Amino acid sequence: MNSWDEIYKGQRPAWCPGCGNFAILNTLKKVLLEEGIKPHQFTIVSGIGQAAKLPHYTKCNTFNGLHGRTLPVASGLRFANNQMLVLAVAGDGDCYGEGGNHLLHAIRRNMNIKLFVHNNQVYGLTKGQASPTTTTPTPTKTQPFGALSEPLNPLALAISLNCSFVARGFAGASGLPHLNKLMKAAIHHKGFAFIDILQNCVSFNKVNTFHWYKERVYQLEGSYDPRDRAAAFTRCQEWGDRIPTGIFYQCQRPVFEEQIEILNKTPLTKQIFDFEKAKQEVNGFS
Amino acid sequence: MDISIRIGGAAGQGIQSIGAALAKFFCRSGFHVFTNQDYMSRIKGGHNFYQVRISELPLSAALDEIDILLALDQNSIAIHHHVVRETGIIVYDQATGTADFTEPASLAIPLALVATEANGTKIMANNVALGALLGLMGQDLAGINDIIQQQWANKGAELVRQNIEVAKAGYDFVLNHSDHRLAIPPPSTKGYLLLNGSQAISLGALVSGCKFYAAYPMTPSTGIMVNLAAQAKKHGIVVEQAEDEIAAINMALGASYGGVRAMTGTSGGGFALMTEGVSLAGMTETPVVIAEVQRPGPATGLPTRTEQSDLLFILYGGHGEFPRVVFAPGSPSQAIALTNKAFDLAEKYQIPAFILSDQYLADCQWSYAELDTDSLTYTDYRLRNPELEKLPSYQRYQVNDTGISPLAIPGESSHLVVVDSDEHDEDGHIIEDAATRNQMVEKRLFKKLRMLRKEIAAPELIGHRQPEILLLCWGSTYGVVKEVTEILEPDHSIAMLHFSELFPFPASEEFAYLQLLDQASQTISIENNAGGQFAKLLRAETGFGVSTLINKYDGRPFTTTNLLGELNEFLG
Ligand SMILES: Cc1ncc(C[n+]2csc(CCOP(=O)(O)OP(=O)(O)O)c2C)c(N)n1
Ligand SMILES: [Mg+2]
Repeated sequence: MNSWDEIYKGQRPAWCPGCGNFAILNTLKKVLLEEGIKPHQFTIVSGIGQAAKLPHYTKCNTFNGLHGRTLPVASGLRFANNQMLVLAVAGDGDCYGEGGNHLLHAIRRNMNIKLFVHNNQVYGLTKGQASPTTTTPTPTKTQPFGALSEPLNPLALAISLNCSFVARGFAGASGLPHLNKLMKAAIHHKGFAFIDILQNCVSFNKVNTFHWYKERVYQLEGSYDPRDRAAAFTRCQEWGDRIPTGIFYQCQRPVFEEQIEILNKTPLTKQIFDFEKAKQEVNGFS
Repeated sequence: MDISIRIGGAAGQGIQSIGAALAKFFCRSGFHVFTNQDYMSRIKGGHNFYQVRISELPLSAALDEIDILLALDQNSIAIHHHVVRETGIIVYDQATGTADFTEPASLAIPLALVATEANGTKIMANNVALGALLGLMGQDLAGINDIIQQQWANKGAELVRQNIEVAKAGYDFVLNHSDHRLAIPPPSTKGYLLLNGSQAISLGALVSGCKFYAAYPMTPSTGIMVNLAAQAKKHGIVVEQAEDEIAAINMALGASYGGVRAMTGTSGGGFALMTEGVSLAGMTETPVVIAEVQRPGPATGLPTRTEQSDLLFILYGGHGEFPRVVFAPGSPSQAIALTNKAFDLAEKYQIPAFILSDQYLADCQWSYAELDTDSLTYTDYRLRNPELEKLPSYQRYQVNDTGISPLAIPGESSHLVVVDSDEHDEDGHIIEDAATRNQMVEKRLFKKLRMLRKEIAAPELIGHRQPEILLLCWGSTYGVVKEVTEILEPDHSIAMLHFSELFPFPASEEFAYLQLLDQASQTISIENNAGGQFAKLLRAETGFGVSTLINKYDGRPFTTTNLLGELNEFLG
């Protein structure tokens, strides 16, 4: 019983058959096994949506919180325990819509959090409304005349904020060995690592189907230099007939929690509270 | 002796530093002090005042009549000269104002000129005024040196020296130009501590082992964050300014899940954003302490003023049904004790616990001989190693008799800690079946509430034991109602009942306060709001309807003077 599907066996998924989420889940389990990370050694923080159910389908510490609020919870957890590997899993609606503000500031903080966004360009769980990444002018039940807003380019957003690790993966069979490498690179990265994972939604996204993605995605060439921010910004604009995947941008920036002196030696959660010393403060005050 | 000094001026003129120095001076000389502040939501201009009341006896409220008005602009003279007592005096600078009346007395001091003549600069004019006030009160000036030293320490020794000299010049100016003196008895030997509500809540958090505080700035709650940030390094606390209040409460929950005591603070508008997170705390059974420092609403309201209008919001804010505790301290000392109790109960019962404060409590300073630390508690209720690792299995939401499942820390052992905002089973995984749902509501809500009710202290009765007139109050009106009760008690059958532990509503088993209410001929709920929210809560919880409401919703606190006036018609 040491295969990835045994060690990280979770609840039975409630996803639709054929959903790209399965491939992402299984890839993650393989990465965890290959990296020697035991179930109790990491926590998955997620929000609400189909993607956000992921932690239940593996074996791990889990904080399955509110729609959109994944990153603040993940940040709080890192403040409490900076030795915990914290993965944040979210949907495109979850992370780019409801939780958009948190994404900006999580990128700015650069805490050691690994964010995997399952981007199916649609609201899956609530049955097919447009998400921030829905292509214009796709009609939906709530946008019968088409989604009219310019689709968000999550990579361009992250690169513009100098996010220290920006990647795109693809949850199709052909892309999985590559996604595996991206996840490992994210885990080893010092700081905030963000992977936007293109994923099909069999039930609600009839435009960006599995085949649609498969025909278009390719990997950034070996000569591509992810340290070049301007190049990264140019390459992340490519979308249409050809969609690049890989690490677009990576840089070294100060990690937020490493700059907090009191966290340098012992995680906050393991620091013993000195009640007597604190009581002296009450009358020693003023 | 009972002397009130009001310092009026525009925002940015430094009235706060004069008031703070004065309060400290008298506190250290062994007088009781009560200070309150009235300020506008602007950085420069407008009109603000700072009031310092001094006595040999403990004080718990402000008066409307004053003995000295220090007017830093003409506006202050115009607004406040009519509340200066006949025996009082107005101090002003002829460069910025005129006093074209004979009563009350006034003294013009060219503040900037005195400062420059004493080898200081114009900016030091406020210390001329400070020295002058101490001169008018016949104080020994020596005590001010340390205070100026502290205030100016980071500006260098030379500036400290100059400021001390400038204060002396102001003091001498009064000796040479005025015979007006306020009679103040000699100081006693023992000094007092000065503490405001914000500081008290921060101290309460610190002494309860709070390790993480996340908030988004919002007046009048920001003081808590500022105070905790100042203590962060010394006491190992992480203070994070979140991107918004939604993030603040979710960060606190993440930290709490991670194993540390966590808190957030805001005012009404920010709390509105937090309510979904409060509900998340309820569902995931994650301990968290939330300070809500009220200001007048709705919406942005009066940002820097006071009101008690979020009581019902705090009681019910958050969708779904889950237990919570709500405390509303009436003074800084109660704020320390109740913040401590909030942390204790939040962790013991794994629930959100609220401290309801307001601008008045946050900014008022009270003086204390000593603060009680003996009754403070710290118990770590979490399941940690080695006990945790020894368990054969662990379930975050294990169903048991108490409803309180063991609270383990993720990563500390090989056991997994799984929490979910969806309804879940004992393992923390998503469920939808009716039986498990019922079991979880029973565990989370009913079982815990039964025990939680027993933790709540009875309201405090001050005054007659069998009163004809019973004044009801909660939270920050404690001090003023207490002072008024004590003034009226010799001539009237009157008492007050103060509720600082509001939810679960105190049972009347331990202290049959409902009987007192039934027997009183007049029951008057005094509230700094328009709707009588406490009276509504009392009725909902006990069926008792008060006979009268006294409400104040102009954004200003009750003073002893105006509350006495309001009560007059009920006294017979
Ligand atoms: C505050 C709040 N608003 C709305 C919802 C309803 N809701 C749940 S998931 C979701 C969107 C799901 O889309 P996405 O995040 O892209 O995840 P997916 O299901 O596609 O994986 C919405 C709108 C909610 N649960 N909470
Ligand atoms: Mg989606």
